[in-house]
Amino acid sequence: MQTILELLAICLILLNFRLLGASRLRSCVGAVAIQALALNLLPLLSSAGENWWIIAMMAGSTAIKVIVLPALVLRAIDRTKVVNEIEPLVGYTKSLIIGAAMLALCAFASRRLTVPLGGVDQILVPISLFTILTGAFLLVARRKAITQVLGFLVLENGVYLFGVTFAVSEPWLVQMGVLLDLMAAVFVMGIIIYHINREFDHIDIDRLSNLRDGR
Amino acid sequence: MLWALILLPAICGLLVFLPFIGRASRVILVSASIAHLLMVTSIWLQVRGLMSAPLIALGLPDNSLDIGMTAAGGWLALDHLSLLFLSIISVLFLGASLYSLGYLGPERKRRIIDYRDELHLNNQPDAVFISCLLLFLSSTTLVTTARHMGIMWIAIETTTLATTPLIFFHRNARSLEAAWKYLLLCSVGIAMAMLGNFFLAVATARGGMEETGLLIPDLLAVAPGMSPNWLKAAWLLMLVGYGTKMGLAPMHSWLPDAHSEAPSPVSALLSGALLNCAFLAILRMLGILDASGMGDFGRHTLIGFGLLSILWAAMLMIPQTDYKRMLAYSSVEHMGILATGIGIGGLATSGSLFHAVNHSLTKGALFLVAGNILATFKTKNINDVRGLLRSAPVQGVLWVAGLLAITGAPPFGLFFSELQILRGAIQTGHWVVALLFLAGLALAFAAMLWALVRMAWGSPIEGTGPGTNHTHSVFSEAVPVVLLVAVMLLGLWMPGPLAEVIELATRGLR
Repeated sequence: MQTILELLAICLILLNFRLLGASRLRSCVGAVAIQALALNLLPLLSSAGENWWIIAMMAGSTAIKVIVLPALVLRAIDRTKVVNEIEPLVGYTKSLIIGAAMLALCAFASRRLTVPLGGVDQILVPISLFTILTGAFLLVARRKAITQVLGFLVLENGVYLFGVTFAVSEPWLVQMGVLLDLMAAVFVMGIIIYHINREFDHIDIDRLSNLRDGR
Repeated sequence: MLWALILLPAICGLLVFLPFIGRASRVILVSASIAHLLMVTSIWLQVRGLMSAPLIALGLPDNSLDIGMTAAGGWLALDHLSLLFLSIISVLFLGASLYSLGYLGPERKRRIIDYRDELHLNNQPDAVFISCLLLFLSSTTLVTTARHMGIMWIAIETTTLATTPLIFFHRNARSLEAAWKYLLLCSVGIAMAMLGNFFLAVATARGGMEETGLLIPDLLAVAPGMSPNWLKAAWLLMLVGYGTKMGLAPMHSWLPDAHSEAPSPVSALLSGALLNCAFLAILRMLGILDASGMGDFGRHTLIGFGLLSILWAAMLMIPQTDYKRMLAYSSVEHMGILATGIGIGGLATSGSLFHAVNHSLTKGALFLVAGNILATFKTKNINDVRGLLRSAPVQGVLWVAGLLAITGAPPFGLFFSELQILRGAIQTGHWVVALLFLAGLALAFAAMLWALVRMAWGSPIEGTGPGTNHTHSVFSEAVPVVLLVAVMLLGLWMPGPLAEVIELATRGLR
C-alpha cells in the first residue's frame, strides 16, 4: 500500500514538472487529466475507501475532473485554434528551475505543518502545496488564456489533493456542490475565451490592457 | 421560509428562459424581488415579536442569539448577523431591479452604439441578464443563511458565476477583459479559501479525535481544542481568499475593472451586496478564531488589510479620471473601513456593521446615478462632464448628495458610523490606527470633492448634456432618491429594531 502511495506521489511531482516544461496545450491538458485521475485513486488506498458513498463520490469526481473538464478545455482549444504557448512570459527552462526551487520550499514548509492525525500521509502535504504553487505559477507565467485555465485547474487539483487526503469526512452534498461550481466556472471561462478570441483574434492575456487607471 | 427565500429567486431565474415569457420576464424579476423583500420584512416582524419577550432585559445567553429559524437540519439558519446582511441585499436588489426596467428599456429599442469606440453593442439577451440577476439574489441569500463553511464556499463561488455574465453584458472588448479578470482572480482567490476550509477541518482533528464537520456550531464547540498552527494558516488562507472577493487591497485589482464595465445596476449590486457577502464569510471565520482564543491574531491581520485598503484606494482615487472607477476605489476604501472596524473591536464592531448598511445603500444609489450620468453624457471621463447641476439638475443634486454622503459628510449615516469606529479605536487605545484611518478618509474626501467640484459646477460643455431624445424612466431617478433619503434618515434617527439587531449581531461577534 505504502509503495503505491509513494509511486502516486512521485507521479504527481513529475506531472507538475511536465506541466511546467510543456509548450503544447494538448499535452498540458493530458497532464492535468492524469493528475486528476491519480488524485482520485488516493482515497482507495486509505482504509476509509470502503464506504459505498466514498466510491460513488470518487466516481463522480473522476467523471468531472478527468473527462468533463479536460473536454471543455479541449473544446476551447479547438474553437480558438491555439495549439502552442509561444513565448511564455517565463521560459521553459527557467520554469523548471523555479519548479525545483518551489518543491524544495514546499518540502521545507511542510515540516512545520505536521498532520495531527499521526502522520499517515505526511508525504502528501508538500506535494499538495507544490501542486498549488505550480498552478499559481502557470497562472502568472503564461500568456494564453487557456494556459491560465489549466493553471487554475492544477491549483484546484492541489487543493483537492489536500482535501482527499485529510478531509474525507466531508459530506457528499458539499463535495458535489464544489465539483458543480468548478465545472460551471470552467464552462464560463471557455465561453469568455471564445468571445475574447472572436473580439481580438488572439487570447494573449498580457495584451488585454485596455482597462487601467486614469489618463 | 428559508427555503422559500433561496428557491423562489432561483426558480424564477429558470422560468425566464421559457420561450413564451418574452417581455414578461421583467415582471417576474420585479415581483420576485418584491416577494423576497416581503419575506425578509416578515422575518423582521417575527424578530420584533421575539424581542419584546422579557429575555432581553435579562441579557440573552450566547446560544439563543439565533432567531430560531433553521432549515435542512441546521445547515441553514438565520441569526441576527445574517438578517442584517440579508436585509441589505434584499432592499438593494429591489432597487436595482426596478432600475433595470428603465435600463433595459432604451437598451432594447434601437441598436445601441458604444459611447467610446462607436461600435454597435451586441448585448446579452434579456433572459440571460434577468436570470443571472435572480440567481445572484438566490446565491447571496444562501451565503447569508449558510451555517456550514462548505455550503458558504459553494454559495460564494456561485455568486461569482452568476455575476460574470452580468459583467460582460455589453460583450465588447472592455467588458470581456473585465469579466475575465474577475472570474479568474475570484476563482483563484476562492480556491485559497477552500484550502482554508480543509486546513480548518485538519485543525479540528487533534489528538486522535475524529474530525468534526464544518458546521459552524460544531466548530465553535470544538474551537478551544483546535491546533493553533493549522487554525492560523486556515484563517490567513480564508482572509486572502474571501478578501479577494471582498476587494481588500492588495487583492482588489479585479474590482475597479469589473465595477466600471458592468451595467450600472449590476455595479450597484456588486458593491452593495456581493462585497458584503465575502465580508460575512470572513466574520464567520473570525467567530471561530474568537472561540478558540486566537481572536486577537485575526483582528490584527484584519486591521492590517483594512488600513492598507483605505490608504491604497485613497491614493488611487486622487488621479482618477473615470468616475465609475472612482466609485469602485471608494468601495475598496469602505471595505477597508469595515475590516478595520471589526479589527478594532468593541464599540467599533457595531459601528462597522452599521457602516455596512450605510455604505451599501449609498454606493448603490451612487452607481445608479452614475449610470444615469453615463446615459446622459455618454462618457465616463470626469473631465468631460461639466455643469451637471445646470444641465441635468436632478442628477446633479443626487450626485452631490451621494458623494457628500459617501465621503462621510455630517447629515448622512456614514458620518456617524465612521465616527463610531473612530471612537472605538480611541477607546481601545489604537492611536496609530485612528490616525491612519483619519488620514485615509481625509485623502478620499479630498479626491472625491475635487471630482465633484469639476463635474457639478461650471458651465456645461457645448454639445454635451442631455439630448432631446433621451428620457429617463421614473425609476432611474426615484430609486437613488429613496436610497439616499434612507441614508440621511439613518444619520438623523436610528430605528429601534435596526439598533437592536445590530447590537445582537455584535454580541455574536465578540
